[in-house]
Amino acid sequence: MVNFIIRRLFAMVITLFFISIISFILIELPPGSALDAEIARLQALGGNLNLSQREALEERYGVNDPIHAKYWKWISNAVQGDFGNSFQYNMPVTQLIWGRLGFSIMLAGSSILFAWLVSIPLGVYSATHRYTIPDYVITVLQFIGVAIPEFLLALVLMVTFESVGGLFSRDMETAPWSFAKFVDLLEHLWLPVIVVSAGSTAWLTRVMRANLLDVLNQQYVQTARAKGLKESKVIWKHAVRNALHPLIMTIGGVLPALIGGDVVASIVLNLPTAGPVFINALRNQDMYLAITFLMFFSLLLVIGNLIADLLLAWVDPRIRLE
Amino acid sequence: MADPVTNVETSSARQDGTDDVIQVKDLHVHFHTALGVVRALNGVSFNIPRGKVLGVVGESGSGKSITGLSIMQLVPPPGRMESGEILYKEKPDTAKPLNILSLGRHSDEMRAIRGDDISMIFQEPMTSLNPVFSVGHQIREAIMLHQNPNEDEARAQSVDILQKVGMPNPQRIARSYPHELSGGMRQRAMIAMALSCTPALLVADEPTTALDVTTEAQILELMRDLQNDIGTSIMFITHNMGVVAQMCDEVAVMYLGRIVERATVDDIFYDPKHPYTISLLRSIPRLGTNRGQKLETIKGGVPDPYTTVTGCPFHPRCPSFMPGLCDTVLPVETIIEGKDHHTVRCHLYPGSTPEQVADGDGRVTGTSGTAPNTGRAN
Ligand SMILES: Nc1ncnc2c1ncn2[C@@H]1O[C@H](COP(=O)(O)OP(=O)(O)OP(=O)(O)O)[C@@H](O)[C@H]1O
Ligand SMILES: [Mg+2]
Repeated sequence: MVNFIIRRLFAMVITLFFISIISFILIELPPGSALDAEIARLQALGGNLNLSQREALEERYGVNDPIHAKYWKWISNAVQGDFGNSFQYNMPVTQLIWGRLGFSIMLAGSSILFAWLVSIPLGVYSATHRYTIPDYVITVLQFIGVAIPEFLLALVLMVTFESVGGLFSRDMETAPWSFAKFVDLLEHLWLPVIVVSAGSTAWLTRVMRANLLDVLNQQYVQTARAKGLKESKVIWKHAVRNALHPLIMTIGGVLPALIGGDVVASIVLNLPTAGPVFINALRNQDMYLAITFLMFFSLLLVIGNLIADLLLAWVDPRIRLE
Repeated sequence: MADPVTNVETSSARQDGTDDVIQVKDLHVHFHTALGVVRALNGVSFNIPRGKVLGVVGESGSGKSITGLSIMQLVPPPGRMESGEILYKEKPDTAKPLNILSLGRHSDEMRAIRGDDISMIFQEPMTSLNPVFSVGHQIREAIMLHQNPNEDEARAQSVDILQKVGMPNPQRIARSYPHELSGGMRQRAMIAMALSCTPALLVADEPTTALDVTTEAQILELMRDLQNDIGTSIMFITHNMGVVAQMCDEVAVMYLGRIVERATVDDIFYDPKHPYTISLLRSIPRLGTNRGQKLETIKGGVPDPYTTVTGCPFHPRCPSFMPGLCDTVLPVETIIEGKDHHTVRCHLYPGSTPEQVADGDGRVTGTSGTAPNTGRAN
């Protein structure tokens, strides 16, 4: 077990290394850079930028270095926690990302939790009451949940609940962290959580229903009944545990998908998360900011997969962590 | 369904002093499917003598499993028990037998019987244990539910019972998961689980069909030994006549949801009466028969389950088919003269028509599916 985790962590580092190379090349590829934009801005401000000033800037950002040298410069600083500067915001990337990533992870985590807490009981109910009216109602809700675009759901909820979006009330936004601020956060969090997780909740309910129906036909479920166990115990102890695999697997992919997918919701709902900033960074060729986000998303992906594997092994003894 | 002529023979006191753990009376189970009604059981009546092994044989689809599941009240939906009684007598001196079907499927009373008084093992040892719990845990679960809620004692008990079923290293086996065991070991574990609460009746639904012959022989021997030890009655479902000869004291032959013949194992093999039983026996390969000689099969196939055959359900395939009688009148159960508890449902034997029953000709034991008062057309 410990061995497995160590080996997986090692593999994670290698994976991330290759991802970093590929993303660096991709982000370097388009002509021009944010530096050009920066120079244009300075020119507009202070008239002429002389050649030596320009060269000094280029030197500082290593614009004319060959790509492997640039990569090396960036990666060796990055592993020490220095991710370079953002051209757009004119400040170190580290100052920009932590808060945003933190809110993103919190939103994604709450969304997964919400999706699980809703989809498992609904799926179980649906499967054990197949072809009854509640089952049909759940099915219709699922289709709506899968089909409705996030921005539309966000708008509908905002109008219905007279919300202006955001994760905090106006007066709390800049306040230092306190219990009151935390409570304020919780009061605002539910709406984005519903918006972000509606699709995956609906999907997971469907998956849970289908899986459980499969499992309920298995002989061991009949064995559990023949033992004299309560039907609720037969379902929740013996059947559900065998139907969870696909739900657990989703953690691996859902984490970054939720962070990517929350872009639309974040824009509509005015949330201080990573998505919108990442999109902007890509559009404006703010390369160090963009690649830092990209690396953290990749990190979340591999961590999500590791968590999924560990959970799976915990749920099912047939999966060996060797 | 309290039919006065029912159960002359199956009345619980028998001359050899034994009684019946279970008496099934005129059991009807239908499956209401989208394609129509499947009449899986059409008036099944039989008894399981205490401390004996009753073999239930018949072709695929004849209703053997459904009969077993009915006793546990575990017939899966859309199956429904339409009518009938299943009387359970826990001990020989139990004053009034309990009609299992009067208990709710999910009632606490029914659950108290399942796994404790009556338990069941299934055909597929590969799939009948839950893959995510250890073998010991699954055995312990039954013990803790019915006998001893103390986990440590239940643990010790489960190791004991694993030892009893011949597991080489019971402590280790208790900790292992089903996928770590071979098919034979899993079936031993299932048997251990089923017998952990010393039930009065064990329903074994083809417990060795999925095993190789060597393992099958071992498991059969084990069951026989345990049966002698504990005194559990066994309803042994199989379609293998060889296994019947090895395991059973008495045999019930099923065809299309009815018992067509019921006798001691000797009578079934040496003096079978029903043409269906006779053809079943003919289709077993025997040592010493001529090589190259074709094995007999029963002509025709089992009719599809949605249609009902008028008259005797076996008549389209019967070598002794009597036109005008067999295809119109359903034979009722008759006792074979001079035999101990040998009954048959066939027009070749006197007393097989409802008219003869009304005339008092022949002794009738079962119930008559065509009797107008039941209102059930066949
Ligand atoms: N879930 C179901 N839905 C519809 N019909 C069913 C269902 N289960 C059983 N049946 C019907 O009940 C009848 C009896 O089935 P049963 O399983 O008892 O046969 P069996 O004698 O045990 O056969 P086998 O030797 O193949 O196990 C069959 O005709 C079958 O079509
Ligand atoms: Mg069967």
